[in-house]
Amino acid sequence: MTSQLKWKFIFICAVVLLCFYGVLGLPTFPTSVKQVAQNVAKRITLGLDLKGGSHLVLQVEANKAIGQRCDEAVDDLSKQLQSKNVLSPTGEIRRVDDTHISVRNINADSYSTFQDIVNNQFGDWSVAPAAGAQNSYVLTMKPSAVSDLHTQVMSQALETITRRINGLGLTEPQIALTGPSGQNEILVQLPGEGDPTRAKSVIQAGGQLELRLLVDSQAYPSGPAVLAAHNGVLPPDTQILPGNPEGSSSPGQSQVYYLVTRAPIVTGQDLRGADPEPSSENPGQYEVEFHLSSAAAARFGPFTEENIGKQLAIVLDNKVYSAPVIQGRIDDQGQITGNFSQQSAQDLALVLKAGALPAPIRYLEEATVGPSLGADSIREGVRASVGSLIVVMVFLVIYYRLSGVNAVVALILNLVILVAFMAWSGSVLTLPGIAGVILTIGMGVDSNVLVFERIREELRNGKAPAPAVDIGFDRAFLTIIDTHVTTMVSCAFLFIFGTGPVRGFAVTLVIGLIANLFTSIYVSRAIFDYHLAHMERQAELSI
Amino acid sequence: MEFFHDVNINWMGKTKYFVALSLILLTVGWISVWHHGGMTYGIDFRGGTLVYVRFSGTPPVERIRKGLADAGLKNSSIETISDSASVGSRNDVMIGLAETTNEDTLDAGKQKILDVLHKTFGTDASGRPDFNEISTSALAADLLQKDPLSLGVNAGDRYTQLASAITSARDSQHDGIVTNFDELNNVPGVTPAVTRTLQHDYALSNFAIRNAETVGPTVGAQLRSQAFWATIYALAGMLVYVAFRFEWVYGAAAVIAVFHDVLITLGFFSLFHYEISLTVIAALLTLVGYSMNDTIVIFDRVRENLRLMRRESFPEIINKSINQTLSRTILTSGLTFLTVLVLYLLGGEVLRAFSFAMVVGVVVGTYSSFGIAAPIVVAWDKFSGGKGVAVRAGSAAGKRVPAAARR
Repeated sequence: MTSQLKWKFIFICAVVLLCFYGVLGLPTFPTSVKQVAQNVAKRITLGLDLKGGSHLVLQVEANKAIGQRCDEAVDDLSKQLQSKNVLSPTGEIRRVDDTHISVRNINADSYSTFQDIVNNQFGDWSVAPAAGAQNSYVLTMKPSAVSDLHTQVMSQALETITRRINGLGLTEPQIALTGPSGQNEILVQLPGEGDPTRAKSVIQAGGQLELRLLVDSQAYPSGPAVLAAHNGVLPPDTQILPGNPEGSSSPGQSQVYYLVTRAPIVTGQDLRGADPEPSSENPGQYEVEFHLSSAAAARFGPFTEENIGKQLAIVLDNKVYSAPVIQGRIDDQGQITGNFSQQSAQDLALVLKAGALPAPIRYLEEATVGPSLGADSIREGVRASVGSLIVVMVFLVIYYRLSGVNAVVALILNLVILVAFMAWSGSVLTLPGIAGVILTIGMGVDSNVLVFERIREELRNGKAPAPAVDIGFDRAFLTIIDTHVTTMVSCAFLFIFGTGPVRGFAVTLVIGLIANLFTSIYVSRAIFDYHLAHMERQAELSI
Repeated sequence: MEFFHDVNINWMGKTKYFVALSLILLTVGWISVWHHGGMTYGIDFRGGTLVYVRFSGTPPVERIRKGLADAGLKNSSIETISDSASVGSRNDVMIGLAETTNEDTLDAGKQKILDVLHKTFGTDASGRPDFNEISTSALAADLLQKDPLSLGVNAGDRYTQLASAITSARDSQHDGIVTNFDELNNVPGVTPAVTRTLQHDYALSNFAIRNAETVGPTVGAQLRSQAFWATIYALAGMLVYVAFRFEWVYGAAAVIAVFHDVLITLGFFSLFHYEISLTVIAALLTLVGYSMNDTIVIFDRVRENLRLMRRESFPEIINKSINQTLSRTILTSGLTFLTVLVLYLLGGEVLRAFSFAMVVGVVVGTYSSFGIAAPIVVAWDKFSGGKGVAVRAGSAAGKRVPAAARR
């Protein structure tokens, strides 16, 4: 054996060992066939289509969060301009759309005050005179501010959803951004979960807890009734919110309305914890007990002391759940009561602990693969792969004899490398991925056939075995490179522009193609060279 | 063993038959498409809801239909699946709900179908969860709480193992449907106490949800256009690569041939009532790669022969090249065809449409290399003066290391 050939074999052996390590792992060296199967199963990540589970795609309506920021700016600006007397009596401040505010008719002499206020306190906004109107301006949210807010909303939504899902105690949930940029899509994968209904409602829950003060102690049957009670004008800094009729003064109503202060005393961010508890008053029902952080407790204690006898409004997602009378000083805890079952109380506590979503979400896509279907798919996919592999290998050995054995070695090595790479890189094996494996087999066969046919042709033309092998590999090399690169080019586009399953297919195929270049050219050639070096001079090549 | 050598077929002399054959295949397929009012898309491209249910016996299709109608789901479809390869799937039913135009009511569709099933096949009046739908983690949590084995504290791992043994017995031995809890008695770790707990906590239905999908119409449209553009870009990428390695005519001919294959395969899809889904797109792209591969092998030989044979006419060189590579073409195509045929027959229902595309694609893709791509190059050569379409000088083929110097 020449030293060059020796190095080739050492290199090939190193690759093979590395791959076996990748597939089987060293720490628990397998001693039985069962253990081998277990080790492989542990290293290969199966996609949801193979192991069963649920897959949700949801969209965060980030624009609503931006619109909300705009509303806040309108409120804030109105206060500022009124207190500084900037606005003329006919003046008006109005939200135009999510990112524009129109300010009409400010006093002609207070433009500089107006500009100071905007520049100093509304750094995210830029001012321009409104077209065709004097003393009127348009505030536009700066694009950088919009995109910052956008990023912030998305990362916060992702974090919140992750915390909520983790709280459900499912196995290995995966939450990630997905879809084209700017579509704000999040992918949630719940392996092994056959019914995503609960997960969906937990994800979608708003979870915005606020404690406010009731302005009027009574509940009203409708919104207009509240207005009528105050002669058509609401007291400053108050707001009408719908609420649960339970415990209010007008029973029999499905929905009642309360007048509450606009600013919350405590919000969800002040929570230290929340837990479901069996209700002390209604047996069988549950309530959620929450605890405030020490900073919030320091505010809340004195506040409740000052307001003994008044009613506190416990507001969840802009709905008043209950309005208990403050009996005495409360420092750091409270309850949310309502018609909760054990599970719904658990879920609410979970949502409160995980924090509020920065923007509402909606579901775009949902898929559940039952575990039995997944098991069938694996069984059938593996059966088909193994079946076709055996048919192909038997044929190769019959048709090309000893060289066919060479091709079979190359094919098996190709698969080992493919599986090892997938295990090592943590790629997920999906159904289209199995299809990619099967096509890798096809391409591997093609490469070997190309080479062998070429060698046969050269032998027919009267060449001796050694030069025939040489020329066969050299000529087929170009063709193999061309065919592989073309397929890889298309896989690259599939990966860039395709979605989930198409991508899985492209990844598997590209890995398979690279492995195939190595096995069908490098390894197969080394085996031929070894054989030629040990063959008698006049012997014929077994091909 | 050897099948083909020294074949001498005048392929280019048969061009008019090839063109006729392609036209017939294209026309038949696309009349079918036109007749069905366009291609049929799968749920992922169309939007809507699909619930895939397996029953323990023959599916009571009429009762399902009536239940759905009673619930006001008039635009629903019911389809039974007959799969010869998998015995269990004979009792499978696919219930579809046409696309919803409103994204907000998206989840409602699946829930309504499930409600109808539970109502029609009266799972349990007391509202106990259905054992055939329970997930491993939920079962483990329940067992831990009830503690039928009286393990006391730290029993979490034991019950997780037990739950996964129970669910995997349900899914792999009983095809996903347990009709009687006694069927689980042979699962290791299941004691009479465990069976009693299961009986107490769960109801048994005679069906199991195998698969449920809901796709919003906008996502469907988005996926459709994404798949379409991925295909177009992949084709363009290959055109550029082949044009770079050969001549632009070769690139154009290869891409036209591949496009022809995709059109014919789509026609066959319509003829055999298969739906176009994301997985099928993967298959179409594979066949694009496969057909391209086949064409390049022939073109590669043409490139080589153009340098070697100075006296022969261009069509003769093409014929010779096809004949020289014929053995490889038949072998590779034959083996690939065998592979995808096995996949089609044994690969199960999920891979059915995929492997159908491949079975058709391998045949058409092989044929188009000599039937479409090569004649286009010949026709262009004739049109541009009959000198033989020169292949870019100095390509890698010319710089071959002499064979003897290698060893």
